[in-house]
Amino acid sequence: MTDVTITVNGREMKGSVENRTLLVQFLREHLGLTGTHVGCDTSQCGACVVHLDGKAVKSCTMLAVQASGSSVTTIEGIAEGQELHPVQAAFREHHGLQCGYCTPGMIMTAVDMINRHGSSLDEETVREELDGNICRCTGYHNIVKAILSAAGAAQPQAVAAE
Amino acid sequence: MGVEGIGAKVLRKEDRRFITGRGRYVDDMSVPGMKYAAFVRSPYAHAKINGLDTSAAEGMPGVIGILNGQQLQGDGIGNLICGWAVSSKDGTPMKMGAWPALASQTVRHVGQAVAIVVAETQAQARDAAEAVMVDYEELPVVTKAVEALKDGAPQLHPEAPGNLIFDWELGDRAATDEAFSKAAHVTRLHIHNNRLVPNPMEPRAALGHYDPAEDHYTCWTTSQNPHVARLVMSAFYNVAPEHKLRIIAPDVGGGFGSKIYIYPEEIVCLWASKRTGVPVKWTSDRSEAFLTDAHGRDHETDVEMALDADNKILALRVETVANLGAYMSLFSSATPTYLYATLLSGQYDIPAIHANVKAVYTNTVPVDAYRGAGRPEATYVVERTMETAARELGISPAEFRRKNFIRSFPHQTPVIMAYDAGDFDATLNAGMEAADVAGFDARREEARSRGKLRGLGMSCYIEACGIAPSKAVGSLGAGVGLWESAEVRVNPVGTIEILTGSHSHGQGHETTFSQLVAERFGLPVDNVQVIHGDTDKVQFGMGTYGSRSGAVGMSAIHKALDKVEAKAKKIAAHLLEADEGDIVIENGEVKVAGTDKKLGWHEVCLGAYTGHNLPDGMEPGLKEGAFYDPTNFTFPAGCYICEVEVDPETGTTQIIQFVAADDFGRVINPMIVDGQVHGGLAQGIGQALLEGTHYDDAGQLLTASYMDYAMPRAWDLPMFKVSTHETLCPGNPLGMKGCGEAGAIGSPPAVINAITDAIGNNELTMPATPEKVWKALSAVE
Amino acid sequence: MYETKYHRPVSLPQAAKFAADHGDEGKYLAGGMTLIPTMKQRLAAPEALIDLRHVPGLKGIKVEGKSIVIGGGMTHSDVAMSDEIKSVCPGFADLAGLIGDPAVRHMGTVGGSVANFDPAADYPAALLALGATIRTNQREIAADDFFVGLFETALEDGEIVTKIAFEAPDACAYEKFRNPASRYAMCGVFVARRGGDVKVGVTGAGSEGAFHWSEAEQALSSNFAPEAVDGLTMPQDNMMSDIHGSSAYRANLVKVVTKRAVKKALGH
Repeated sequence: MTDVTITVNGREMKGSVENRTLLVQFLREHLGLTGTHVGCDTSQCGACVVHLDGKAVKSCTMLAVQASGSSVTTIEGIAEGQELHPVQAAFREHHGLQCGYCTPGMIMTAVDMINRHGSSLDEETVREELDGNICRCTGYHNIVKAILSAAGAAQPQAVAAE
Repeated sequence: MGVEGIGAKVLRKEDRRFITGRGRYVDDMSVPGMKYAAFVRSPYAHAKINGLDTSAAEGMPGVIGILNGQQLQGDGIGNLICGWAVSSKDGTPMKMGAWPALASQTVRHVGQAVAIVVAETQAQARDAAEAVMVDYEELPVVTKAVEALKDGAPQLHPEAPGNLIFDWELGDRAATDEAFSKAAHVTRLHIHNNRLVPNPMEPRAALGHYDPAEDHYTCWTTSQNPHVARLVMSAFYNVAPEHKLRIIAPDVGGGFGSKIYIYPEEIVCLWASKRTGVPVKWTSDRSEAFLTDAHGRDHETDVEMALDADNKILALRVETVANLGAYMSLFSSATPTYLYATLLSGQYDIPAIHANVKAVYTNTVPVDAYRGAGRPEATYVVERTMETAARELGISPAEFRRKNFIRSFPHQTPVIMAYDAGDFDATLNAGMEAADVAGFDARREEARSRGKLRGLGMSCYIEACGIAPSKAVGSLGAGVGLWESAEVRVNPVGTIEILTGSHSHGQGHETTFSQLVAERFGLPVDNVQVIHGDTDKVQFGMGTYGSRSGAVGMSAIHKALDKVEAKAKKIAAHLLEADEGDIVIENGEVKVAGTDKKLGWHEVCLGAYTGHNLPDGMEPGLKEGAFYDPTNFTFPAGCYICEVEVDPETGTTQIIQFVAADDFGRVINPMIVDGQVHGGLAQGIGQALLEGTHYDDAGQLLTASYMDYAMPRAWDLPMFKVSTHETLCPGNPLGMKGCGEAGAIGSPPAVINAITDAIGNNELTMPATPEKVWKALSAVE
Repeated sequence: MYETKYHRPVSLPQAAKFAADHGDEGKYLAGGMTLIPTMKQRLAAPEALIDLRHVPGLKGIKVEGKSIVIGGGMTHSDVAMSDEIKSVCPGFADLAGLIGDPAVRHMGTVGGSVANFDPAADYPAALLALGATIRTNQREIAADDFFVGLFETALEDGEIVTKIAFEAPDACAYEKFRNPASRYAMCGVFVARRGGDVKVGVTGAGSEGAFHWSEAEQALSSNFAPEAVDGLTMPQDNMMSDIHGSSAYRANLVKVVTKRAVKKALGH
């Protein structure tokens, strides 16, 4: 067993883990932060996306020991108290979720995307940047709308006409 | 309509927990003392089990227990069943082979469970599962249904000689033959409907907990229908008596049909909990999901359409071979029969239809209902044939469809269904306008100038949902009734709890169902709580599938609300000294019409519970239940138009636009309905362009992860143009038809019709991968 | 995943020491984007992992004139977002931005990808076409000598890719045709032109990993235009063939994608 110290959502958390423990397992099973999900085992679905030192990463493709000493932000850590993060609010406003399972990863990916692109995002970029996040419910239509809206970017023409 | 009533875009009540990471899915559950399970699974598609050696595994760190199929049978746990009896045309019953939850003698598909290991951690359970030694003797393998029917094919089940489960027919063969003999033109097609993996993003999971103190069992499971799970697990599998078994399906991350069925894993986890004395949790990983979740579709079909000289359809003849996999899953027999052949009339007046379906065992994962279940297969047959016939006849596909549309209702088709309402011209016109079909030729020319090939394809689908009238399905072999139940509990303070048997796993029931209360009493949706998914809380229910939660589930709520309203009015009339018939309830107030006499809704409710001043003989309280059994199926229909651009150099298809014009009857929440259509379209487009399974000759699934099974990504899809056009369903009180499956039913033929139009070659199978399209193009050059 | 040991060296010599301690049973862990999934599938079971993410000697991007040196520990995202690389060799930055998805690009590293030499990896196509040098903690190896065969490189046990170095060409571009399922390159082509000398690196399509398409290099060296490739035929013998594409289809892709890369390099 190896001791790890990870700052999670602003709080320093310590734990003792097997080296093979994935970061997502540490978050879910050791810390009880079950908002981060696992939807595949080949690092493709993105349900597990969290931020590691401010950048989106797949917590199913990283060991907890690798993250020791780093800061991790999960879906539980982005709202300010009762105040939703703008991306969370946009997903609700635009019905960008159905079963909710991919949603935490989608939102964490969207926050990271908006951090990098801001209001210059367009539909094409959003769709390209969602390459590592799979949703089976929404057909992505409303996810794209939600992300563009949260970024303060223009909606595609087809949507503007809705 | 109030601001939150029927027809209002109300944002979803359930969203807050999902967007903040506070959803509660089965794998998020934890109970004291809980341990973890891993299954030992067959690496072979067909093999005899000569022995099982667990000695090495038992000594490994953390191992609590290893249990096998012989112990399972010894404890009297029953085999898995198919719950819908379909007979062959000669009257013989379907031939169901034995399916034990843990195989002890023979394995018939890769991934079949042989033993369960319970250990302190999931990793330890997996380590030990790997160390369980199974002595397999390989047997010959067959994965394709057509091959399995041939003489000399490997045989799967002694109960089903020739691997044939049933040879079933529907319709009038003689009348159909007669019509073909008079045909001026016959259109023929061979159709392959590809095998799909449903892939809800939440993998299946089960947490079984046996409490010896109470002799009581609890199972948290990823189910679309927890009460059916309880019924089947107690009545057929003998896992636990029904009154001592509680099934909880909490938040469930998508189902699409695949979470209807009761799988070996939840049965075994519950049984193992009793055997080992610890709560046992199993969570599938995606690789296991590919090998164990019921797959969908997998048909080979020959279709012939007879036409007269005036281009009117005379008859349709369909021969289908359906691959049901290695075992008969819960509704596997109904999907390629009563959910398929009954829709072969499409939107058209076809005087004679005959369909013959052979259901076949193969060494593959069991196949059952997946979003649409039979109706996508029927729609693909009908709409590919319609488009092909129009091309052969040299007339516009839209005109050909119009010429044959059904226009008077009710309409009895030759294949059981009696369509109750519809306006197929309306959706066709709306679709063509939205897609600017008139401007397509110019767009095609413009694309050609850039070296690209544009095509336009159409699909006018009809489906039957609102499943289903119990008497009717009972007469067709269903083992259960398909009504729904609801309970409306009004609290003394006037807030309301709706308990429903319709499980929500993405459909937004908590919001939509609340809107019925907002509509009825003018109460805010925030004053309503929708409770579902727990057999200890909800009296009974048949669950969510077949687009039935609106037409059937909400009808039950509607009936219960009728009763609540009637009683509330009686109480109010008594309190206000008015005639019951003069009482109206609106905006949260109970008023005497035409006067200023009124009570707050909460005052009436409190009155019901204090019982201080009720009409003589009235029971206190305000809580009503209802069962609703539909009188007919409902018939959503619509027109889908797809425009594609093919890159001839690589064969890549890009969807330029996708238009969906649907008639779902009454729409309760347009935002949620549009979302359901978007998701269905993505799955249908996925089937047409991307998704499909490949088995090798040894029965290994080559497309067993997202590395090889192409899931639709954001990049693959366009913004959709969707609209709804309401003709009310006369069969239920709300006029609803259902919207959950339409997108997946109507879209595949529209996509393939568009691509074949673009490339000028009708020989193209799904999924239309770049290589297939490129090859089809090379064939015409 | 099998249990393993974990080491976190903070220098190259320390990393090499850990590796030596475990013989060939230890594995360097860079971004882990291939190694961790492989371990999760229980297809790899290293006795120990030696995490290179905290080794300073693997960091940094240095651009001097046309000379570009990229630390093996730099992520795909670092490369894609580097203004310096974008200004002198935009085609290379573009390639890095097409690897995987954003989360993968935040973790996956240049050194890890090069050392792994997956037949569908993107960098090898560029390194071949650019005539890059791969520097290790022991030596320098020319790209042409480095990539040996499927998942096989010239690296010896314990050797670490510390830097890749190349001169920015006059023009270059990367074009990628993705596998619809995995989204890896089913065919990726990097073209680089230096004066009249053109090099073409192809990845994803070949059965032995990335390779030079010499015929196209000759044709494009005399006429750097998409049409120059028209008359060529890519032999199918050395093409990969699987459920996603036959060798004939991949051979066609090599040609089409090469033309498109040339077009892109010409700024069209």
